[in-house]
Amino acid sequence: MSLRMPFGRGEEVAAAPLAELSDKPLAVRGLTVSYGQKPAVFSLDMTIEDGSMTAIIGPNGAGKSTTLKAVLGIVPRLSGVVTVYGRPLAKSRRRIAYVPQRASVDWDFPTRVIDVVLMGLARELGLLRRVNAGHRQRAFDCLDRVGMRDFADRQIGQLSGGQQQRVFLARALAQGADLYLLDEPFAGVDAATERAIIDVLKTLKAEGRTVVAVHHDLSTVRDYFDHVMMINVHKVAEGPVAEAFTEEHLQSAYGGRLAANLMDQLQLGGH
Amino acid sequence: MGAEFVMLSLVPILIGVLAAVACALPGNFLVLRRQALIGDAISHVVLPGIVVGFLLSGTVSSWAMMAGAAGAAVVAVLLIELIRRLGRIEPGAAMGVAFTSMFAFGVLLLEQSDTSSVHLDVQHALYGNLESLIWVEARGWGSLLDPVALAGLPPELPRIAIVAALMLVFTVVFWRPLKISTFDEGFARVLGMRTNLIGFALVIMAAVAAVAAFDAVGSIIVIAMFICPPAAARLMTNRLEHQVLWSVAFAIFSAVVGYVAAGYGPLWLGADDAVSAAGMIATVSGLVLAIAALYAPHRHRSGAPADG
Repeated sequence: MSLRMPFGRGEEVAAAPLAELSDKPLAVRGLTVSYGQKPAVFSLDMTIEDGSMTAIIGPNGAGKSTTLKAVLGIVPRLSGVVTVYGRPLAKSRRRIAYVPQRASVDWDFPTRVIDVVLMGLARELGLLRRVNAGHRQRAFDCLDRVGMRDFADRQIGQLSGGQQQRVFLARALAQGADLYLLDEPFAGVDAATERAIIDVLKTLKAEGRTVVAVHHDLSTVRDYFDHVMMINVHKVAEGPVAEAFTEEHLQSAYGGRLAANLMDQLQLGGH
Repeated sequence: MGAEFVMLSLVPILIGVLAAVACALPGNFLVLRRQALIGDAISHVVLPGIVVGFLLSGTVSSWAMMAGAAGAAVVAVLLIELIRRLGRIEPGAAMGVAFTSMFAFGVLLLEQSDTSSVHLDVQHALYGNLESLIWVEARGWGSLLDPVALAGLPPELPRIAIVAALMLVFTVVFWRPLKISTFDEGFARVLGMRTNLIGFALVIMAAVAAVAAFDAVGSIIVIAMFICPPAAARLMTNRLEHQVLWSVAFAIFSAVVGYVAAGYGPLWLGADDAVSAAGMIATVSGLVLAIAALYAPHRHRSGAPADG
């Protein structure tokens, strides 16, 4: 585990060079992203362990989503190296599935639930291959796993927020990937959807796949995840939840803005 | 009415239909991407391109004018991007600055250049000249099989036919990237799609359609062809596949009904002269949209807008 104080030049444990991480699902070194003058993410190192479930946490504007998007090449990075299973992103795309923030798309778009899930098969289908019964069946199976099969023919705008989130997850399942990257999958969803999503994610983990999610709710970090990546522009802490999810690191990441009673509720270790 | 219709009306109607379809196809994606304004921008900036193309080639109906217009569209897209980056202003403002100033430049150029000897005047450029595209050699429906008569077809017809076919091929071949990147650009990138390239190609395609439709409906009214049929079609269905088919149907309907109404409507009403076909086509497409907005089955937005 390497530590770095936010905005400071505190003690640094040098990150292992990329060459030694060839088997890791995701390795990031020196990632810097900037919107305009101010860096959103600065010199970030991140190593995701195989088969882990990692929560990326940090205060609003800490660069959590930006980190995910920069890793995936959705926003340009100023500097930094990203490898996915030891290879550059462009050569590992078939091993990655992505669930964007629900609010990032226009749900009034004229398309049905089943069509959105079929988008997960786009790499396989290429430009002109027609969707056949087999593809359709796979899409239905993915909808089954998130409990949305009955909604296959609905226009996506007719769904509740939680249902939309489940459709996005089904699309990611259709990608058949080894590494799942999710941006705030639990934001604004109902309790039943939250349960359904975490069940699917835990099944993915049980199958040996790797899950990384930008996460907002500190109270569920312990229940849902086994690793945590705490950032506030810089990396604050990284490692197994028991070691990295501590009051000291939280205070450091959130700048002392967390109320003491919340700290108690989180039952933090590491004192 | 056979022989007269073939000679006077068949070709203009066909050109109007093909122009409307060529614009409606990319228009579907522009409207869904909330880039309808870029169609407007393109339809304006092609004017200086067309004038420059004409000045360099010396003829009206040549590919040089199309090349000039396409070039102007590319310049405009780059200029908009440049203004946006350097000026750090929102895209709408950058577009507004780029297309009005380029259009104004085109008007000045047109006015100052010696175009009086040919049929390229400001009015033609702005409102189109559909009615003049008659088939002089036609002697009736039989002329459609007569090679000599076919050789006398206005060159605008094969040109817009090729462009409409190009739009169709573009839409079919790149259907999947266009749809996915329009719905969810981030996801499209993760799939490895070059979304910038797709967006740029769409704008270029729209520019080509705008230029080709220039003869038919002029540079200003062409915007109606980009927006009205797709916007009306969106209200008819909740599936993109069906929306595009509806937009094509609405485009054809607007062109045919608009042309006929312009040519014969005033006479039926007792007036002496026909009215501008391009103006009537745009008006009909606007009426179609208005009726769709009032009575179409999916006129209620079913979801909240994405950006909050």
